[in-house]
Amino acid sequence: MTELILFVLFGVGALAGAIMMVASRNPVYSALGLIGTMFSIAVLYVVNGAHFVAAVQIVVYAGAVMTLFLFVIMLIGVDQPEDTTEQLPIQRPAALALGAILLIGFVVVIAAGTLAGSDDGTVVGTVEAIADELFTNWLLPFEVTTLLLVIASVGAIVLAQFKLRDRK
Amino acid sequence: MTDFIWIVIALPLLGAVVLHFFGRRFGEPRAGLIGFGMVGASFVIAAVAAIPFFRGESHGEHVFLFEWIEGLGAAASLLWDPLSAVLTLVITGIGALIHLYSIGYMHGDPRFSRFFTYLNLFIASMLILVLGDNFGMLFVGWELVGLCSYLLISFWNEKPSAAAAGKKAFVVNRIGDVGFLIALMLIFTTFGTLAFEEVLNIEAWEEHGIELSVGLATAITLLLLVGGTGKSAQLPLFMWLPDAMEGPTPVSALIHAATMVTAGVYMIARTAVLFEMAPVSSAIVASVGAVTALFAASIALKQRDIKRVLAYSTISQLGYMFLAVGVGAYVAGIFHLFTHAFFKALLFLGSGAVIHAMADEQDIGRMGGLRKAMPITHLTQVVGWLAIIGIFPFAGFWSKDEILAVTFGKGGGYYVLWAIGLLTALLTAVYMTRWIALTFWGKARFGEDVHPHEAPGSMVLPLVVLAAFSFGVGFWNTPFLPSLEHFLEPAFEGVEQAHLPEGLVPWVLAVISVGVAVVGAFYAFRRYRGENAVELSPIGKGSWSLVEQAYHVDDLVGRWLVAPGRAISNFLAFVVDRDVIDGAVNGLATAVKAAGERLRPLQSGFVRQYGLGLVAGTVGLLVWFASRGLT
Amino acid sequence: MIVTPVWYMMLAAALFVIGASGLLLRRNALIMFMSIELMLNAVNLTFVAAARQLGDINGQVSVFFVMVVAAAEVVVGLAIMVAVFRRRASASIDELAELRG
Repeated sequence: MTELILFVLFGVGALAGAIMMVASRNPVYSALGLIGTMFSIAVLYVVNGAHFVAAVQIVVYAGAVMTLFLFVIMLIGVDQPEDTTEQLPIQRPAALALGAILLIGFVVVIAAGTLAGSDDGTVVGTVEAIADELFTNWLLPFEVTTLLLVIASVGAIVLAQFKLRDRK
Repeated sequence: MTDFIWIVIALPLLGAVVLHFFGRRFGEPRAGLIGFGMVGASFVIAAVAAIPFFRGESHGEHVFLFEWIEGLGAAASLLWDPLSAVLTLVITGIGALIHLYSIGYMHGDPRFSRFFTYLNLFIASMLILVLGDNFGMLFVGWELVGLCSYLLISFWNEKPSAAAAGKKAFVVNRIGDVGFLIALMLIFTTFGTLAFEEVLNIEAWEEHGIELSVGLATAITLLLLVGGTGKSAQLPLFMWLPDAMEGPTPVSALIHAATMVTAGVYMIARTAVLFEMAPVSSAIVASVGAVTALFAASIALKQRDIKRVLAYSTISQLGYMFLAVGVGAYVAGIFHLFTHAFFKALLFLGSGAVIHAMADEQDIGRMGGLRKAMPITHLTQVVGWLAIIGIFPFAGFWSKDEILAVTFGKGGGYYVLWAIGLLTALLTAVYMTRWIALTFWGKARFGEDVHPHEAPGSMVLPLVVLAAFSFGVGFWNTPFLPSLEHFLEPAFEGVEQAHLPEGLVPWVLAVISVGVAVVGAFYAFRRYRGENAVELSPIGKGSWSLVEQAYHVDDLVGRWLVAPGRAISNFLAFVVDRDVIDGAVNGLATAVKAAGERLRPLQSGFVRQYGLGLVAGTVGLLVWFASRGLT
Repeated sequence: MIVTPVWYMMLAAALFVIGASGLLLRRNALIMFMSIELMLNAVNLTFVAAARQLGDINGQVSVFFVMVVAAAEVVVGLAIMVAVFRRRASASIDELAELRG
């Protein structure tokens, strides 16, 4: 029963945040909507026993990534209202139609699909459990992600400095 | 015992290699002396190796060197028998003399050493041809001499006419070579090997259960004949030889008179066993020879170029040799090859001396009276002249008469061939007398700025030696003492040969042919030398222009063969290749380009459109998976 | 009523479709970017739900990797956007169409 309440509460919250993100004119509101969605999803993670993932979701996504987004929005785009006239003729109807088909397809597939195994609530994603998995079976991919992050941060610095070098 | 015979080939080959790399450093005349030394040494070695044959102690032997193409039965092995010995002695002997002569003749030429490189290479190639112990080696030599011939005809390749002549010789020879090559394939499929031991040995056939049908033998021999006509300038592939006179005169003497052009005769004599099986082919060989002899002799009557007369004369004499091997008189054919090599080389070298003396003048219409200026050359040329027209007891008399007598002795249709041969003898006497009369006798017809002089010693010496041989070699095979016939016997073992008719007939025939020669010579003497000698009409104006132009064969070939060939080539090059094949490739490129042009708008630059495509693809995949997985 | 993992998957599907629609409909590059983040989150939720359904913790590990990649992507993407904005002074994606064929 508790789970049902939580699911309804935060499921609706997640959907509302998502719609707000997509529909809002102002990018700042979009970012706030996305933060709400992420927070809701973090709660749903906890409900599903993924404690560590939930914590990371809050810290990395809702915290770091979205802060970065807001930072960039403030830097470049907040005072420029978006032009709402669509120039690509079939883009909007085609997008909506495809979205509808996609949703129906997902629903049909999920409803009809049968996942083996039982929901016995034994999977609890504690820090120990995740770490045990990550540093044994997934050690090499884990190390590779560090490389990826280093490359990404270096790339970001290079891109940001690009203009400065140009001006000299 | 004669295992060392390979040195005979190796020496000139070594000379060619050394001269090729260091010839320029040796300079003149040392490069020439090296070439001469190599060939001379070869001659000495060959003479030593031939001693057992003269003594009658050996019937020839196979000298195995190393495996070459085992599957074809073609090893690098040499056949040292009397036949190849005769040829080897001629090639190295006359070759050495001509090398010596060339030192004087090529004096001052910027490519002096290159000339001797080619000459040495030619000698080595020709020796491979005659010494090869299988058709594979024969073919290698056959092609190599063709190459050397090409290189030497167009030696002065800065002259367009020389370059064209070399090309012509090469192309025409190639036509004959195709026939020769097909013959070799037929031989291989029939006998399973190319080795002479197996193919030219009836006992070996029986051992291996091979039965050669007359039809197959005829096919093989006729194809061999095609090869022979190309190399030996017989009808219809003769037209390259007169043009080959563009080469330096020693080349004409060595390659286009004494040695290479006789390769066809040698080849037919070597394969006599096969020709025995195909009487029709033999008859065709004889007919081709006789007709060629008459045809070429008639053209020679009116030629004005000192060397062209001799070129047509060579074709005519080769016709005699073909006639001989065609009627089965192989010894007579080889005998005529032997004597002809001497006197024709002599005549060519003599004309070279004349050209040398006349400052490159070649028109006999503008010579005359050289007897006084060049007494020794004149004397040697008289010997050559008497030899070729067949005056007793000069070399040509013995060999030519033997051919005519044997032909007569065959009877039947061969009387016609004999008559043609006799007529050719008459014409030979006429044109050779005209040649020597216009060149050496009578009044000088050249300008006063030309000062003819006797040739230098290195050129005169070979002339004298060759003149001596032209007089003497005929005695090697006389009806009284047929020593060449005995000498060659081992080489023609098991071949049924035609012989001189019995009784008084040969004597009568000899008298007739000498008489004919004298009549012809007398007529020509009266016409071109005597008190009322006719004026030479300008080239192309006389009533004999048809003969002067060699029956327009070149024009006809040009019009009916070369022009269509060129048209076909143009069609293939510019329609098939450029338009169709290149067109297909270019068309493909154009199609790709046009398709790209059409597809270009798809890349609109609008990222959201790409996103639409992406989502559409995702939907498509989802629907596809769902339709497969949900059933 | 008992909430099964399928419910979460349905929710994730709805969030994914909303994100995809935002990607196709909005022209502000930043909002398109956020839509992509939303789609990634929806997929993460699916992973977690599946991990629970299957009793396998590897689903949660996968989420971890997705997050790392997403973080890297955001860093680079935003850097690109800043660089573009410095030159163009516009966040509209439709104006960045110089590379059309």
